[in-house]
Order: sequence, then structure tokens, then C-alpha cells
Amino acid sequence: MTTQASGDALVSLNGVNKHYGQLHVLKDINLQVKKGEVVVVIGPSGSGKSTLCRAINRLETIDDGDIAIDGKKLPEEGKDLAHLRADVGMVFQSFNLFAHKTILENVTLGPIKVKKVAKGTADKEAMALLERVGVGHQAPKLPAQLSGGQQQRVAIARALAMKPKVMLFDEPTSALDPEMINEVLDVMIQLAKEGMTMIVVTHEMGFARKAADRVVFMADGQIVEDATPEEFFTNPKSTRAKDFLSKLLTH
Amino acid sequence: MDAVIASLPEYWDGFLRTLYLSVISGIIALIVGTLLAAMRVSPVAALRGFSMFYVEVARNTPLTIIFFFAAIVLPRLGVKFEQFEVAAIIALSSYTAAFIAEAVRSGVNSVPVGQAEAARSIGMTFTQVLGFIVLPQAVRTVIPPLINILIALVKNSSVAGAFFVLELFGYGRQLSNDYGNQVLWILLGVAFFYLLITVPLGLLAHFVERKVAIAR
Repeated sequence: MTTQASGDALVSLNGVNKHYGQLHVLKDINLQVKKGEVVVVIGPSGSGKSTLCRAINRLETIDDGDIAIDGKKLPEEGKDLAHLRADVGMVFQSFNLFAHKTILENVTLGPIKVKKVAKGTADKEAMALLERVGVGHQAPKLPAQLSGGQQQRVAIARALAMKPKVMLFDEPTSALDPEMINEVLDVMIQLAKEGMTMIVVTHEMGFARKAADRVVFMADGQIVEDATPEEFFTNPKSTRAKDFLSKLLTH
Repeated sequence: MDAVIASLPEYWDGFLRTLYLSVISGIIALIVGTLLAAMRVSPVAALRGFSMFYVEVARNTPLTIIFFFAAIVLPRLGVKFEQFEVAAIIALSSYTAAFIAEAVRSGVNSVPVGQAEAARSIGMTFTQVLGFIVLPQAVRTVIPPLINILIALVKNSSVAGAFFVLELFGYGRQLSNDYGNQVLWILLGVAFFYLLITVPLGLLAHFVERKVAIAR
């Protein structure tokens, strides 16, 4: 995969490498994601897909290469990095809702503290977002009082409240009971339809087929394939991907 | 016994001075200790190093030596103060701050790392993450050990009595000289007034611990 003309790339990774001691977790990663594109990253565990996702908002540092969001290179630390992160929504596997804040406060905290939005406005926008993800009536509760699926939908609302340019999902359904997976995926599919730029690390092949513009297959820290879902699922080129898909299908 | 009753004004004066030393030093130590803990978890390596160095030196040095340093070495270095009380406050708060820093740091570490990651990923700066997300959650685990440290601070303030500060222990020494035949009663009186401060603190610790247990 060659580096495309990255003029219209919203997220662009060029020659990104990362090591954990001896382990080379990201090997020369090149990836461009255009505005409005939904890219699903799949691959066996330990393939580096979560690390890739976390590197995009610098929750993981990288050893070399560069990552740019909307043409701006990721700053090293400090205020500039905080500003840039405000434009990148992140949804975690373990939800990570602020345990000491109510559902409403979880969603309004970013707009109020980071974007200095007035509390009244932030509350109104947050309620609209919570309604949109179907948990409006839970607003005064604490996170621990909600089910996993509800918490994850709140986490999506919290990220959306910052009006991000791109949303990152790091295995958003992996910690959920099966009956709660769909309520989260439905919200994500809706978001994809509305034109949000999304990078989604997941094991949900159904979501990849339904909502993805591109599927990126990773193995051993490398991007092995980068294709449309149609192409990837019906006609994978690498043996690594064929092997991975065959294991999924037999289950 | 009548020596104690006859000396009640001195006891009261000493009690107030001990309380004063403890409260002022406690407040300074809480602020400095929290700052040291924040430095210890900051992304800036120099701040982390400084905090670690300070904590290791201060908590591993005997308090008496820190008092000597504050009362005798500091004035020679040009830090002048009118009363030894100031030296006592400097010594007590700089010593106690090290312990508070360690307690707060362990509290910070007890907050799941995902909380800070989520806060950072909505664009909060380091101080916002610490102030709005991590410290408010750390407080719950930190309060019982903090109260232990404050109890120790109250008792440690007696070292000031050996440096010409007339607090409880200082008066105790003086009164022991005045009433040479009733030293036992005089000292029991001193102990009683210390307990008047430390026992309520201990009860407060129990109360908070129970409250925290329910909150989970």
C-alpha cells in the first residue's frame, strides 16, 4: 500500500512504528482515512489493532513515523495535544465513564471545562445526545447504576458532545453481554449513516459488513489487507486473512 | 493532682499552641503534599524526579534532625524568623508533606487508569484530569491514611517543645521542674491534652472509613 496523496485525508498515519521492549507492535503503518469514511480494523488479538487506535489520539506514544489529524501533526504533550484530542472522540472497551459523576455530568464535563460552553447550553445539548442514544431518562443516575450497554451508549454521547471530527472505537462491544451488543452497534450504524468519520476496532463482522467503507486487516503489527468489506469477506487475498476468516466461520 | 489543677492555665495555653502548630502545619503539609503527589504523576520527568528525591529525603530523615536544620541551619542560610514557632512549622510541615505525598500518590494509583485516559481523550489538560477526575476519586481511599498521618503530626509537634516553643510538651517540661514531686501527674495531664486532639481525629477516621465502605 503506497502513501496516497493525503490532501483530503482526515486521519493520516505515515511510517508509524512502535515497540514494547523487544516486541514490535506496529510495523511501518500507513493509513489514510478520508472525511466521512468508516474504517473497520479487524485482526487476531495481539495484532496491534488496539494500539493503532490508541496511538491516533496519543494515548500510546509512537517510536517513529507521524500521525496527523486534519492536516495537523499530533503534538508531543501539553495544551496543544489536549486541543487536538478534543477533536478526536474515543470510545473504550471498558466504557470508562467518570464513576463519581452523573450520566449528565459525564456528557457535559468536556464541553463545560474544555470548550467553555455555558452550563445551560451544555445541559441542553447533552440531553439531546442522551435522548439520541436512548438513555435520556437515566441522566441523573451514576454510571454504576446502568447496564453495560447503556454505559457504552453514554460513552458515545460523551465523545459526541465534543463535536469531534473523527470517532475512534476501541473494541466497543467486547466487554458487553451478547444481548447488549446490538443496542450499541445500532447507535454506531446510525452514526456512520450520518456521515461521521469513524475508525472502529472490533470483532463484530456484522458491523463491518453493514457499515464499513473499508476493512483493514491487521496481523503481527502490520496492515495485511485494506479492502472494501465485500472484497475482503468474499475474496481475501492473504493466507493470513483467509486463515482468520475461516476460524470465524467455523464458530 | 493539685499541681495539674493549679497549672490549668499553662496547660490550656500549651494545648492551644499545640493545636495551632498542628493545624497550620497540617494545612501546609496537605497543600505541599498534594502538589508533590501531582508532580510525581506528571508527564514531566524533572518534576517526577524532584518529587521522588524530596519525599525520600524528608521521610527518611529523623524529625529531630529536620528541626535542627530548620531552627539552626536555616537562619545561617539567611532565612530569618522572629520566633522558633516558625521554624517548628517549617520543620513539621516539610516532614509531614512527604508522608502526605505518598498517601495521595497511592490514592491516585487506586483510580483505574481508564478514568484518566477517558478524561484526556475529551481534551482535558493534565491539571484538569487530576483536579476534576482523579483526585476527587482518590480522596475516598486517601482519607483514612491521611488522618493517621495527621495524628502522627499532632504527636510529632511535641518535638517543638525541645526547641523552646511553649506548646504542651514544652509546658510539661517546665511544670515538671516546678513540681518536682508530682512529675507523674504533670505528664499524665500532658498526655490527656494530646488525647483531646488525637482521639477525635481517630474517631473521625472510623466515621469516614464506614462512610466510604457504604459508598462502594
